[in-house]
Amino acid sequence: MSILINKNTRLLVQGITGNEGLFHTTQMVAYGTNVVAGVTPGKGGEWALDGKIPVFDSVKLAKEATDANCSVIFVPARFAPDAMFEAADAGIPLIVCITEGVAVQDMMRVRSYLDHKGVRLIGPNCPGMLTPGESKVGIIPGNIAIPGNVGVVSRSGTLTYEVLYALKLVGMGASTCVGIGGDPINGTNFIDVLEMFEYDADTEKVVLIGEIGGTDEDKAAEYIASKMTKPVVSFIAGQTAPPGKRMGHAGAIIEGGAGTAEGKIKALKAAGVKVAKHPEEIPSLLK
Amino acid sequence: MKLHEYQSKTIFAKYGVPIPKGRVAATALEARHIAEELGGRVVIKSQVLVGGRGKAGGIKVAKNAAEAEQLAQQILSMEIKGLPVRKILVDEAAAIEKEIYFSITNDRAAKKPVMIASAAGGVDIEEVAATNPEKIIKVHIDPLLGLRDYQARDIAASINLPREYWRDFSKIAEGLWQAYRKTDATLAEINPLVITEDKRLIALDGKMLIDDNAMFRQSDLNEMRDTDEEAPAEIEARKYGLSYIKLDGNIGCMVNGAGLAMTSMDIVKLFNGEPANFLDIGGGAGADKVAAAMRIILSDSNVKAVLFNIFGGITRCDEVARGILVAMDEVKPKVPMVVRLVGTNAEEGRKLLENAKMITAETLADAAQKAVQAAQQN
Repeated sequence: MSILINKNTRLLVQGITGNEGLFHTTQMVAYGTNVVAGVTPGKGGEWALDGKIPVFDSVKLAKEATDANCSVIFVPARFAPDAMFEAADAGIPLIVCITEGVAVQDMMRVRSYLDHKGVRLIGPNCPGMLTPGESKVGIIPGNIAIPGNVGVVSRSGTLTYEVLYALKLVGMGASTCVGIGGDPINGTNFIDVLEMFEYDADTEKVVLIGEIGGTDEDKAAEYIASKMTKPVVSFIAGQTAPPGKRMGHAGAIIEGGAGTAEGKIKALKAAGVKVAKHPEEIPSLLK
Repeated sequence: MKLHEYQSKTIFAKYGVPIPKGRVAATALEARHIAEELGGRVVIKSQVLVGGRGKAGGIKVAKNAAEAEQLAQQILSMEIKGLPVRKILVDEAAAIEKEIYFSITNDRAAKKPVMIASAAGGVDIEEVAATNPEKIIKVHIDPLLGLRDYQARDIAASINLPREYWRDFSKIAEGLWQAYRKTDATLAEINPLVITEDKRLIALDGKMLIDDNAMFRQSDLNEMRDTDEEAPAEIEARKYGLSYIKLDGNIGCMVNGAGLAMTSMDIVKLFNGEPANFLDIGGGAGADKVAAAMRIILSDSNVKAVLFNIFGGITRCDEVARGILVAMDEVKPKVPMVVRLVGTNAEEGRKLLENAKMITAETLADAAQKAVQAAQQN
C-alpha cells in the first residue's frame, strides 16, 4: 500500500515530446513506472522512447486507447491550464502538474473547475510523487529514496530530495512522497495528504515539509492536533526570509505579517509535532 | 510587479471607475502647468512604490498653481523610505464627505478572488482588520462566473452606503473586477473611494499588484515596470531567469530550488552566520546561468564567503561545476568558496572542481558551518 500512486498506476504524459517531457518520461520508465501513453497535439500516431510509448493528439484519445488513470503535465506555463482542463474533461481522475509559473488567476479557475468535477490535482510547480519501488510520477530522482513506512509531504522540490536522501542514509524509507508544490493556489494541500497518510496502512510516521507564506501549515497543525494518531515530524523553510519578498516560489511570501516560519513552527509544536532545526535532523526525530 | 498610483488609476479609468482629473509630472514646472489647466486647488502626490507616502510628507495640497510648483519642487527632492521621488501626480483636489475602502485580491485559503470593503476608508486597512474586524466586509467571487450584480449590491448595503449611490457603486465594483481580471492583478485597491460633497463617487487613490507569472499576456503592463526602484542585481538576475534577493549578511548563497535555497539561508543563520542573499538557480541550470549567478553574488561587496549547495535532480552537478569554473576564471573571486554537490553526476562535478581550491562539504550542516567559519576568517 501507499497513497495516490502505486504499481497499478497507468500514466499518461502530457507534453511527452518536449525536452522536459521526454527526459523525465525516460527516467520514469527506467524506474519502472507504467507509462502507457503520451499526448502532444499534432503528433498523434508517432511513438516516443524508441517505439515504446504511443503518442496521441488528445487526452481523450489517449484515455480511450490505453485506459490511463493518471496524467502528468510537462507543458509550458501558458498552456498548462488548458492541459489540466483537458485531462479533467477526458475523465482522468488524478492530474499531476509539474509546470512552474502558471498564472494565479488561471489556477483559481482550474481549481474551481476541477473541484466541480471531483478531480484530484497535485501541483502545479511541484516535483510530483514517488512511491519507492513502485511508481514515480514527476521528477523526483528515484535513487535517493528507498521503500519504507514514512509518508513525506512537501511544498518544495530539492528540499524534499534532501529529506528523502537523509532518510535513506540511515536506512529509513518512504511509503509515498508527495510534492504539493510551491504555488499560492494549488490542487492538493497538506490536510488532504495527511488524511490519506493517516488511513494508509503502510504509513506509520509522517514528515511535513513546509515553508513561509499562506496558512496551509497552520491548518495542518489543527488537523494533526484533532485527527491524527500517527506521529508527525516537520521542517519549515524560510526562517530568515524578509517580509514582502517572494522567495522563488510564487507562494513563499510573508504578507502583512502573516505566513511567517515562526508562526507555523509555533502552531505545529503546539499540535505535538517535533520540528527539526534543519532537514538532516529529521531522521533522528523520527526514531 | 507593483504599479504606481497613477498607473493603477489609469487602468481603473479604462474599466469605468471614475478618477480625479490629473496628470503625472517629472518637474515642478510641469506640475505648475497641470495645476493651471486644472484650475483651483490641486493635490501633489509623490509616486514611489512604498506605503506611508502621506505620513512621510509626500502628499500635499496646493491652493494655486504657484504653490503647486513650490510644493512639487519640495516633494521631488524628497526620499521616501530610501526611494528618491522621481515623479509626482497632480490631481484636482476633491471636497470629501466620506471615505470608503474597496479592493479585490486573491484569497489563498479560499482559492478564490475576494472583494473587500469597509466604511472605514482612507486609513491602513490592516489596522482596521486588527482592531475592528467587524468593519470589514468580505465577499468571495466565483472565478468561473465572475462578480454578480447582487454581490456588489450586498457589499454596498453592508457598508451602509446610502441607496442613491448603489447604482454608481455597482458600476465601480464591476470596473474594479474587470481591471483585476483583465490585468491578471493579485491586488486592485481603491483607498479611499470617496463620496464628494457634490455627491459623486471617485477613486482618489489606487494601488495594483500584477502577477509576474502572467506577464506573457500582459506585455502592455510590462512596459509600465519601474526598474528605477529595483536593485540592479535583481534586474540582472531576472534577465537570466534567476531568483535573487539581496539581504544584509556576508555569506553568499547559490542553491538550486527555492525551498532548499531558503533552507540554506536558515542553516547559515542557525550556525551564527548571516546570509547575503537568496538565490535559486532553478532546475536544469546550465553553465552560463551558474556563471551569471556567481557574478551577481560577488557584485555584493559585503560577501566574505560563498556557499554552493546543489542537490542534483534535473540539475546536473557536473554542469554546475563547469559553470563555477567558467565564472571563477572570469570573475577571479578573492573570497573562499564552500561547495556541496549531491545527487545527479555529483562525482563528476567534484572531480571537475578538484583543482579549483574550493572547500568541499558532505552534509548541509557541514557546508553551512564551513561557510560561516570561512567568512569569519576572511
